Amino acid sequence: MTSTATISTTSSVLDVERIRADFPLLQRVVNGYPLVYLDNAATSQKPTAVIRAIDDYYQMHNANVHRGVYTLSEEATEAYEGARRKVARFINARSYREVIFTRNATEAINLVAYAWGGANVGKGDEIIVTDMEHHSNFVPWQLLAQRTGATLRFIPVTPTGQLDLAVYNTLLSPRTRIVAFTGMSNVLGTITPASEIIERAHAVGARVLLDASQLVPHKGIDVQVMGADFVAFTGHKMLGPTGIGVLWGQRALLEEMPPFLGGGDMIKEVYHATSTWNELPWKFEAGTPSIAEGIGLGAAVDYLTAVGMDKIHAHERAITSYALERLNALGGITLYGPPADRRGGVVAFNVEGIHPHDLASMLDQRGVAVRAGQHCAQPLIDHLGVTATARASFYLYNRIDEVDTFVDALDAAKQVFGV
Amino acid sequence: MDAMYREHILDHSQNPRNYGTLDEPVTIRREEYNPLCGDRLTVEMRVEGDTVTAVRFHGHGCAISQAAMSMLSEAMVGKTVDEVKQLSKEDLLDMLGIPISPVRLKCALLSLKAVKAGVYGVPEWAEDEDE
Ligand SMILES: Cc1ncc(COP(=O)(O)O)c(C=O)c1O
Repeated sequence: MTSTATISTTSSVLDVERIRADFPLLQRVVNGYPLVYLDNAATSQKPTAVIRAIDDYYQMHNANVHRGVYTLSEEATEAYEGARRKVARFINARSYREVIFTRNATEAINLVAYAWGGANVGKGDEIIVTDMEHHSNFVPWQLLAQRTGATLRFIPVTPTGQLDLAVYNTLLSPRTRIVAFTGMSNVLGTITPASEIIERAHAVGARVLLDASQLVPHKGIDVQVMGADFVAFTGHKMLGPTGIGVLWGQRALLEEMPPFLGGGDMIKEVYHATSTWNELPWKFEAGTPSIAEGIGLGAAVDYLTAVGMDKIHAHERAITSYALERLNALGGITLYGPPADRRGGVVAFNVEGIHPHDLASMLDQRGVAVRAGQHCAQPLIDHLGVTATARASFYLYNRIDEVDTFVDALDAAKQVFGV
Repeated sequence: MDAMYREHILDHSQNPRNYGTLDEPVTIRREEYNPLCGDRLTVEMRVEGDTVTAVRFHGHGCAISQAAMSMLSEAMVGKTVDEVKQLSKEDLLDMLGIPISPVRLKCALLSLKAVKAGVYGVPEWAEDEDE
């Protein structure tokens, strides 16, 4: 466990006040109180740099990409493809050709489940997922299993909210075709031992898809060091706009895979009977892409890089430790998930005697935004033996004293409910 | 702290009326589930002649859904099945007597959904979404 005793409520590895000045929405007043935004695992707020990049594109450069020979189209293409290169550098991809823009993480995962899965998974094969997955890294595999007659296997979650690697070992076999798991749980905050999971999968010849939707925004990733075959993440959780996500894949695998969606932009030659496919990454980007959104994501990546992912992670860790400490001290709180040193900035909890929805409504009355419900992870919520939880999740712009506002509002809710 | 959590709401949610299971004979039994929040509600009714003579409910949910079901159960006893069919969203909101934000409306209406689907004997009862 990290020691929380030394955390002061003012000092931080980040200049949070300066960062906050970049996020116009954080100035909002909600129900008469200054907004305390603690639902970052669902989506993040956007800095002016991202908003401006999108605005600038529409005001100055809007044209379709990869088509026109005129100036505007060249500018739009350059900006969109420039964003792809920024993302490639951010995750340390060998080449921009390995970076496929999708609509979100969900579409990236479906792309692999359909295109790779359709060609490589058959009856009697096995797919391993975990009990901690967001529905978006679970349902596509369930559908693949149903289509192909493959079997789904599950890595269970231990009582301390971690993946049970002993059971994982027993699930792996030469029949395992792919292991799909999250780098960080959106409910428990658990940072999973990804390298270990990947190595063991590769040892039996299985492929690996890492759902990095929570990992990339809060810790960053080096895809070459990580060693997965596919990595999916989503722009809107990392200061970017909605409508843009990323699939990174090993180039050789992407080359071999059949396309996912068919249409314009993804083809080279089209004849009545057959077509040939465009080069990577465009082979997987059918139709007019999310141009402004891609450019916005490029600006988000620039912003995160300038702040520094190590600092962001350290800051969130400090806030999370402090939040765990204060919630423990409050009493009547059930906390879910691993110790502070194994988790990112997510705290799922319940208050005895108050349904999480009532709690979230009451916190909202004090301007505090937290999530309540099943967090798109019903198998995990079932495993916890509850019907729902409340969840607070932090990001680079959260102040440590916002934890105090949040916990004080919880305390007030407990008074109202008499618990 | 919150206009929604008035004393009568807390009273009904913390000491729900007609909570439990009904002894046989049970004429109508109906379960409803709200996948968004995981709330689950089972309502049981005994109908003698054409009058609802007893109601019990169980399950779990937020204060709003529990209070709504508790109040609704009290209002149903002694009514004919036809009268229960006439109960509307407005009637239920009047009983609750608190401002319900759009996102919490589903919580409040879970009980009415269960009751209506039960008395109409249909797989799913939907309040007109446009209302
Ligand atoms: C771990 C995880 N995976 C996948 C997703 C899906 O992201 P999106 O809805 O942007 O596809 C989320 C976000 O809710 C998530 O937290």
